[in-house]
Amino acid sequence: MSRRTLSDAEAQERASEQRNYLWGFALALILTLIPFGVAAFAEWRPLHLYLLIGGCALVQVVVHFRCFLHITLARNKREDLQLILFTVLILSIMVGGTLWILFNLYYRMMPDMLP
Amino acid sequence: MATDTLTNHDAHAHDGHEHHDAGAMKVFGFWIYLMSDLVIFGSLFATFGVLGTATAGGPTSQEIFELPFVLVETFLLLVSSFTFGLAVLAQNAGDRGAVLKWLAVTFLLGFGFVAMEVYEFHHLIAQGHGPDRSAFLSAFFTLVGTHGLHVTFGLIWIATMFIQISRRGLDSVTKPRMLCLSLFWHFLDIVWICVFSFVYLFGAM
Repeated sequence: MSRRTLSDAEAQERASEQRNYLWGFALALILTLIPFGVAAFAEWRPLHLYLLIGGCALVQVVVHFRCFLHITLARNKREDLQLILFTVLILSIMVGGTLWILFNLYYRMMPDMLP
Repeated sequence: MATDTLTNHDAHAHDGHEHHDAGAMKVFGFWIYLMSDLVIFGSLFATFGVLGTATAGGPTSQEIFELPFVLVETFLLLVSSFTFGLAVLAQNAGDRGAVLKWLAVTFLLGFGFVAMEVYEFHHLIAQGHGPDRSAFLSAFFTLVGTHGLHVTFGLIWIATMFIQISRRGLDSVTKPRMLCLSLFWHFLDIVWICVFSFVYLFGAM
């Protein structure tokens, strides 16, 4: 590919892409260190730990989609976004339904399987 | 949606954007593959969630998970995701040397991750905590092993792209492939976020 001098718009777009990756990396680092830190050092009630770790994971997944996979609300990205949201729907029915049914079964039939 | 892209492509075929549109279609098709792969991981996560306490008298998750080890693995994968982003930026700038350099760095980080995981699995099996010990360990090895296998195939793909780009340069064939590979690599990091949060950190409590 031939090298050519960049127009202002291109240079600006490139700089914003670079910022995107840097922001993503910084946020991902923080959102990794927080859950590891609380799991190792904090003496909280388990429920609070579960909520915090799950919350950090969820936020970090969104950060990765936004900064590394460039999924935004922009119009030309809509079909990717719709595909992802549909998959999330399928996943939540499948995973949520499995956990709900089987833990209900454990509760009624095998209480020692409950965590 | 996808057909809109196709129609636009036909309407504007004379604009000379064929390669761009064909590349966009390839990337969208790859997204569909990634999302179906995500459903596989989702079912493995559900299985693990259900069997997490079925230790059958074997070791529990608190006894076998070592958080510092997992933290290093996590950093290797996260940094490799970032360096792959730098490779894509270099591709956008048309700088072949930088693309190859960042691909090589990404490969080494990914290789370090797989090596650590193989060590962990070997260590567990050598202690008699293999996948045949309990339902919990079967689910653990299946879930984490499937992710590790994906990373291994990603490494093979990175090596292939390294050779292709060093031979052909950055053209209309290698560029969409690089974009698909970048999606694959970032996607594996996203799955790992769920693995370290819901398997290792939840299990270590």
